[in-house]
Amino acid sequence: MDQVLLTVPDAVYEKAKLKVERSRWAAVKFQKLDRATVTRIVNAVAHAAHAKAQFYADWAVRETGMGVVDHKRQKNEACSRGLVEMYGAEDFVAPRIDAARKIVELPRPAGVIFALIPVTNPVATVYFKTLMALMTRNAIILSPHPGAKAVCADAAAMMAEAAKAAGAPDGVIQVIEEPTIPLIEKLISDERVDLVIATGGPAVVKAAYTSGNPAFGVGPGNAPVLVDDTADLRLAAKRIVASKSFDNSILCTNESTLLAYQTVADALLAAMKSEGAHICTPDEVAKLRKLLFTSQGFNTAMIGKDAAVIAREAGFNAAGAKILVTPVDLVQPEEKLVREKLCPVLAFARVANIDQAIACARSMMRTAGRGHSAAIHSRKETNIMAFAAALPALRVAVNTGCSLGSSGFETHLGPSMTIGTGFSGGSSLSENLTPHHLVQYARIAYNKEAAETFGDFNGVDPLNLPRAQNVALTSVAHNADLDELRRELRKIILEELSAVRAA
Amino acid sequence: MFDYGHFRFESKEDLFDKSIRFWNPDKTKFWQKAGIDLVIDRREGYCLFDMDGRRLIDLHLNGGTYNLGHRHPELIETLKGALDYFDMGNHWFPSVARAALSEALIRVTPGMKYVVFGAGGAEAVDIAIKSARYATKRRKIVSIIKGYHGHGGLSVATGDDRFSKIFLADMPETFIQVPFNDIGAMEQALKSGDIAALIMETIPATYGFPMPKDGYLQACKALCEKYGAMYIADEVQTGMMRCGQLWGWQTYNIQPDIMVTAKGLSGGIYPISACLVNERAGDWLNEDGAAHISTAGGAELGCVVAHKVIEMLHRPETIASVHAVAEFFREAMAEMIQRHGDIFSGVRQRGVVLGLEFNHPEGAVYVSRALYEHGVWAIFSSLDKRVLQWKPGALLSHAMCQEIMDRFDAAMPRARELIAAAGK
Repeated sequence: MDQVLLTVPDAVYEKAKLKVERSRWAAVKFQKLDRATVTRIVNAVAHAAHAKAQFYADWAVRETGMGVVDHKRQKNEACSRGLVEMYGAEDFVAPRIDAARKIVELPRPAGVIFALIPVTNPVATVYFKTLMALMTRNAIILSPHPGAKAVCADAAAMMAEAAKAAGAPDGVIQVIEEPTIPLIEKLISDERVDLVIATGGPAVVKAAYTSGNPAFGVGPGNAPVLVDDTADLRLAAKRIVASKSFDNSILCTNESTLLAYQTVADALLAAMKSEGAHICTPDEVAKLRKLLFTSQGFNTAMIGKDAAVIAREAGFNAAGAKILVTPVDLVQPEEKLVREKLCPVLAFARVANIDQAIACARSMMRTAGRGHSAAIHSRKETNIMAFAAALPALRVAVNTGCSLGSSGFETHLGPSMTIGTGFSGGSSLSENLTPHHLVQYARIAYNKEAAETFGDFNGVDPLNLPRAQNVALTSVAHNADLDELRRELRKIILEELSAVRAA
Repeated sequence: MFDYGHFRFESKEDLFDKSIRFWNPDKTKFWQKAGIDLVIDRREGYCLFDMDGRRLIDLHLNGGTYNLGHRHPELIETLKGALDYFDMGNHWFPSVARAALSEALIRVTPGMKYVVFGAGGAEAVDIAIKSARYATKRRKIVSIIKGYHGHGGLSVATGDDRFSKIFLADMPETFIQVPFNDIGAMEQALKSGDIAALIMETIPATYGFPMPKDGYLQACKALCEKYGAMYIADEVQTGMMRCGQLWGWQTYNIQPDIMVTAKGLSGGIYPISACLVNERAGDWLNEDGAAHISTAGGAELGCVVAHKVIEMLHRPETIASVHAVAEFFREAMAEMIQRHGDIFSGVRQRGVVLGLEFNHPEGAVYVSRALYEHGVWAIFSSLDKRVLQWKPGALLSHAMCQEIMDRFDAAMPRARELIAAAGK
């Protein structure tokens, strides 16, 4: 009874292929909508998403067992209405006229975006990528991590419904309800997909880049944070603890290792302790090292867990702690605790000066985190400049927590759930992903010669061009009068022609 | 040299020669005269490839047989899986495949009770007529002039006499024909009170898809009830989601007593047809279930494929695709009429069933040829040559739809030229 007697096709894959074509249809129709309609759709979806920020924050934590509900709600809010506040005024629809260069640029959305959603920030990333896509008139297929598939599918369906009600084409937002690795590998290499946006582990990113389709993939983080002797220690401590405990360090921009000038280290630790940090003893550090790093790498069961829970698992008590600080002697890749840790455990080391800080930061980033993020708490421009110039990070957040600073929520980088890690980090994207990355432009370019004047394209709307002249509906059925007329016309033309020839 | 392993042909000419000698001289020559030198070789998706390698986009689909495309990978895999286990089966015995497909069909078809299987549409129509005669104990059948229901012993008599007279198969006393869309004529025919059934294609295909007038089909059904005749819906070309719902009659809000499906049900890869009957029409299956027998009817391989076809048709993505394709061609054809209104005069459409009207008496023959030259295969209506049958697939991609219209647009000057050369 249990054995299936016939070999049957993979209906899940077949259905997913149909989704891709549905998305293609949606993309074509979407690109015919004007800015007012697009804005209406974006606002409606952002509004609906914002209203459910708490609901999905609860669900995401329940389903994934990762993170902090209240922080997830904040991210969901920032990735819904927050994005509209950020980009709502920008026009990704109308042609851009550059009279000085005699160029008109026509927006060309990507078309069908296949978006991989990580388990760590599921709903915020669903919100983020969907709204980016909608702003730029792209259709999107969301492919959640299997560990967050239910909440993502529900959030996607909610957004799809809001989009449809606001006049979006059918199928503009779809979701893969039952994602598996073989299925995703096949779909990202489907030639009907225009762009893959991969947020997730290195395997996912690599798969996106080898798919043969254009892709934005981003590498893992491993952010150093430096506190020098010019920093406001109280504020630095407060910001670092808040950032490291934000959503239990689940953002890839979270601080991995804190480097503090020797002269301020003790005062900084004391300040952090009063902000809720638990400073581990050497024995506790050893226990954490053992718990967090297995022979397979980072212990994924600890991702996004509360500090107290992690301490208990490791075998010591840190009740009420927001983060666990683990002092280490060596800031080199062989010290496992200075690797990326998506949990509220922060390695800590003392440095003598900026040169040693740079050497340590570069060392820890040697195996992971290249092209990603770093932070510095300092009032000294030369230190800030030296740190940024020497590190392989593409963003250095200053006097703010790295989690929300580098991801653009507390800086002007642009709020993003997809952090470009650039060439050194194996990515074609060096910035925080914004809607600008999802639309390209076709260019009308005039002859440079001054004599060739540039046309007046104001009010010439590619969506609403004058139609070709209507052909009169005439019958070809036999009509003696028409035949007579034609004969007459032919005669006149022939006469004209021979007159021309004779002349 | 075309070597197919089992047989080989020196050239396309060699094939034409042998077709004329051994297969069907008139049919072979007919297409040559029409300028259509097509011998379908490879086929894939919505494309056909001629023996000489030329690619054609298929908008004929053999009447919707290839509704889901030629050799759809999922159907091929389904059939291959079934072949590892089943063969045609034995019609005498209950079978898992037939029971499963019957249940699936009845579940998605309101008002029906049993399924009787055939191998082709004509056989299913014959079963429908037999069932109606059994239930009413009447013999006469009404159909419409220029209707088409296949070439079986009974079904052929319902159609155009071109197909029946030649074989002395016309039976005008028992098979009465009335003009389409003429409700008065319909009542005249039905009120004799000795009519077993009215058989009606929901939209007559071979007649060029003239659309039933508002309320016509409902009025026909009401007359059937009034005069005790059964209503047989022939859904061979209009079913399979092609009108926007699974069966065309559902879109007209009528409830037939019997319905027939074929062509697309087979997925184009294993012949099967079905006649669905309501309780009254199917009561002979309680009295004598072996009264109708068909060795190939409901072959289990076909049942497995059809079961998959029904599942595929109900996917939300498939339904969305049908609507998208229908909307695309509605808009695109309206634009073409604007541009080529001198020859192209109108569109009849329901879902992905379209008839394009040209205003020359044989306009569609020339347009078909011009399109053929431009890489698109669409056939004219053999019973109304002004009308080109335009039958896009349910799963056509947007890219291919756009390609079709670009080719259509480019073919119109050539069509104009052919029509002008043909004169009046």
